[in-house]
Amino acid sequence: MTAAQHLENILQHLTAGILTGAIYGLMCVGLSLIFGVMRVINFAQGEFAMLGMYAAWYCFGLFSGFIFWPDLIGPYLAALAAGPIVFVIGVALHKLLVSQVTGTSSSTLDAEGHYAQLILTLGISLVLANGGLVVFGSAPVSISTSLSSTPWIVGPLWGQDLLLFINQGQTIAAIIAIGVALIFAALMTRTRLGKSLRAAADNPEAAIYMGINVDRAYRIAFGFGVAITAIGGGLLASTNPFQPYIGIEFVVVMYAGVVLGGLGSVSGAFIGGLVIGLVQQMSPLVLPTQLQNTSVFVCFLIIVLLKPEGLFGSAARRA
Amino acid sequence: MFSTATPKHWPWMLGFVVAYGLLALVVDNPYYQLIMSNVLVWAIMGLSWNLLSGYSGLISFGHAAFFGTGAYFVVLAQVSFGLSPWFGIPLAGLIGGIAGIIVGIPTFRLRGHYFALAMLAYPLALLSVFEWLGYQEVAVPMVRETPAAFMQFADRRVYVLIGLVLLALAMILTRRLECSRYGLSLRAIKQDETAAEAAGVDTLAWKLKSIAISGSMAGAIGGFYAVIQLIVTPLSVFGVLVSAQALIVAMFGGVGTVWGPVIGAVTLVPLSAWLDAELAEVLPGIQGVVYGIAIIAVIMLAPEGIFWRVRDMLRGGSEPANSSIPNEPDAAIARFNDRQGGSGMQTTEAGAPLLQVRNLCKSFGGLKAVADVSFDVRHGEILGIIGPNGAGKTTLFNLLNGISPADSGTIEFEGQRIDGQRPNRICGAGIGRTFQVVKPFSRLSVADNVIVGAYLHASSIDEARERTADALSIVGLTQSAGLLAGNAGNRDLRLLEIARALATQPRLLLVDEVFAGLTAAETKEISALLKSLTAYGITLAIIEHTMQAMVQLVDRFIALDHGQVLATGTPDQITRDPAVIEAYLGKKWLTDA
Repeated sequence: MTAAQHLENILQHLTAGILTGAIYGLMCVGLSLIFGVMRVINFAQGEFAMLGMYAAWYCFGLFSGFIFWPDLIGPYLAALAAGPIVFVIGVALHKLLVSQVTGTSSSTLDAEGHYAQLILTLGISLVLANGGLVVFGSAPVSISTSLSSTPWIVGPLWGQDLLLFINQGQTIAAIIAIGVALIFAALMTRTRLGKSLRAAADNPEAAIYMGINVDRAYRIAFGFGVAITAIGGGLLASTNPFQPYIGIEFVVVMYAGVVLGGLGSVSGAFIGGLVIGLVQQMSPLVLPTQLQNTSVFVCFLIIVLLKPEGLFGSAARRA
Repeated sequence: MFSTATPKHWPWMLGFVVAYGLLALVVDNPYYQLIMSNVLVWAIMGLSWNLLSGYSGLISFGHAAFFGTGAYFVVLAQVSFGLSPWFGIPLAGLIGGIAGIIVGIPTFRLRGHYFALAMLAYPLALLSVFEWLGYQEVAVPMVRETPAAFMQFADRRVYVLIGLVLLALAMILTRRLECSRYGLSLRAIKQDETAAEAAGVDTLAWKLKSIAISGSMAGAIGGFYAVIQLIVTPLSVFGVLVSAQALIVAMFGGVGTVWGPVIGAVTLVPLSAWLDAELAEVLPGIQGVVYGIAIIAVIMLAPEGIFWRVRDMLRGGSEPANSSIPNEPDAAIARFNDRQGGSGMQTTEAGAPLLQVRNLCKSFGGLKAVADVSFDVRHGEILGIIGPNGAGKTTLFNLLNGISPADSGTIEFEGQRIDGQRPNRICGAGIGRTFQVVKPFSRLSVADNVIVGAYLHASSIDEARERTADALSIVGLTQSAGLLAGNAGNRDLRLLEIARALATQPRLLLVDEVFAGLTAAETKEISALLKSLTAYGITLAIIEHTMQAMVQLVDRFIALDHGQVLATGTPDQITRDPAVIEAYLGKKWLTDA
């Protein structure tokens, strides 16, 4: 390979890493609200991403008859629509199950509460993944449009040797992911709802005395957390095929991103997700392609073992 | 142990194994025979998980790493080297144990959910590694000549019997460990790791032993699973469902007991297999759904698992049977004195420094909690450490017994540097400790709390029991020995912590605000107890706010403020020191005293 080909190869993977990483970043933002801010261990977060994918898939089918340019905006509208759908599912599951072992009802039994959360959400994850198999079937599906297979071609650069292909569908999805993350950040810092969520997470007892309905705040925060991850899933679905067992792949990706970014930091979580995306997409430069996910798992292990407080977290070891 | 009045486990085990074996002999449907051997596989996997996570409380989501390694080892060893599973399975156990140690050394630095998540990553990483290596599907080669030599039998009942032997071994091992120092130490770690360390339990060593045994059980049974399934795929042995199933059968049946995983496997494995057979056509993922619902139901309805729930119902929730600890105070005192005397006290003259602290510093962020503190604790004295809230008293104790590392400075105990060592080492060196906020092992009896410490210098169970009885007798808790620590009152808990520390045979005892929340009479009682301890050659350093009691108790005071030594001196000097009055005692002290 010539130097230009090498460079092209690296740039190609870098682009893929940034585009995938932006969506992982959004998914991590969702988890960071649940794990980083509320300190709830949600093992089923990956399954909510999977639900987001299927919700987007159904919505895409539904929308395509009604909207203009379904090929152009259909997948993205569908991904955004997955948010509210999964929000409702998340709030219901939280009210029925998760709230029984988290929040104000368990704040006294610290370690025991965590233990119960882990196991409970593992159960939810199994039911959702295998229930997904029952409902959606095991065959991989995809939301394919002309966009997701059309690249923009940058170049030729460096004389005539270097061509860069940038997938149009992925680029739009990444931009939407960044937009949703920004809107969410504004929501958390600017609005009354966001402030009360943060207050409830920070000090539930004080929040109760300030007249905040903490149980409701937890429920809404959980709903938001899974909904944002689901939008991320929906955006991924616009370019990648998926099946009901895909959730587990995202669990490690998301926890890696959130821990890397530092618990409790929403912007950190986004950057953490971005880094994980880069690691995953750029690992084929040095490793066999089949070990893409292994690189993420190893990366996660290195992060938790060496720097559990994350890159941006300071007082993160509260848990 | 004292309180776990051992219910008759062995006859039950024998009965279960015989009944299961007989059932296996009469069942002649090969499909049922396969299910019966699968039940055994998951019961053993559950026992393996239970051995680490059930007793220590460190939840593992990654037992598939050991299971899968064992399974692939047995198959590949036969494919490549013609190694019979008869040898392969024990070797798989060895490899699983080594894998456990390799995984454990880095991962035990993590606690709580970080540990669980990190454990999840190991099998997932291995899964794609084995796919990459090209082992998507490896079949056990059929041997035509001497099938039995390669654990291949046309009659599947043989597999059930082999599995049953393995299960019996796993149950005996678990039960033996449960009743030994192992089980007690792990349960202590589960309930309060810091307190366990401070009582001389080498928590890291116990956890490593635990994961090694657990990993080797999982590795061996993974190998057996490969033999009965005849085919190994990465997903079937490294998949999340493998780890989840181990966890679920154990949690469902009840953690921390040999019966839990067995009950869980006997219930859930046939149930999911039956549903799978009935409904797999229409509902393909039914097996996972069953396990998911089972575990959700257990967490919501009976988080302690079926075994404990049923046992509590049968016993009517009563306390475990009372212990029979001999109450012979004189003999206890004599023995205790003997041991303390034998531990080097007499060789040094009273008044010489026992503990020397020099230039000790500790900061939390910008806050200097302990700033350049130097002092001595002399042989045989009672040293009082006073100061306002936030003066750094408890932080100082945490540095002295190794709970948190010092930023700089040195600590010498009996001439040996002890700074930078782990709490269990410092406890072993002869420094005991009680806590400001009591840290009992709530779900152990009072006697079992103390025996955790007593094991430190005991060479046998009997000796540990004797040391426990003696320590309880000295603090006057013999009557409450069988009481569950979680049900004990404040006074008893304070005494329990003192007894637990005494059982580790300390020469220096660090006592942190032991009078907090006690009545005047109780304060007087414990004060007298502490004073009496010096007669056994125990030196004391006491943090306390109750000045009235302290003035009468201590020989010397150190006053701390803002992390620095404000003054040292006799009670007389200290209570008149203007700086101490200004910073701590207050002007009112002068008029009252």
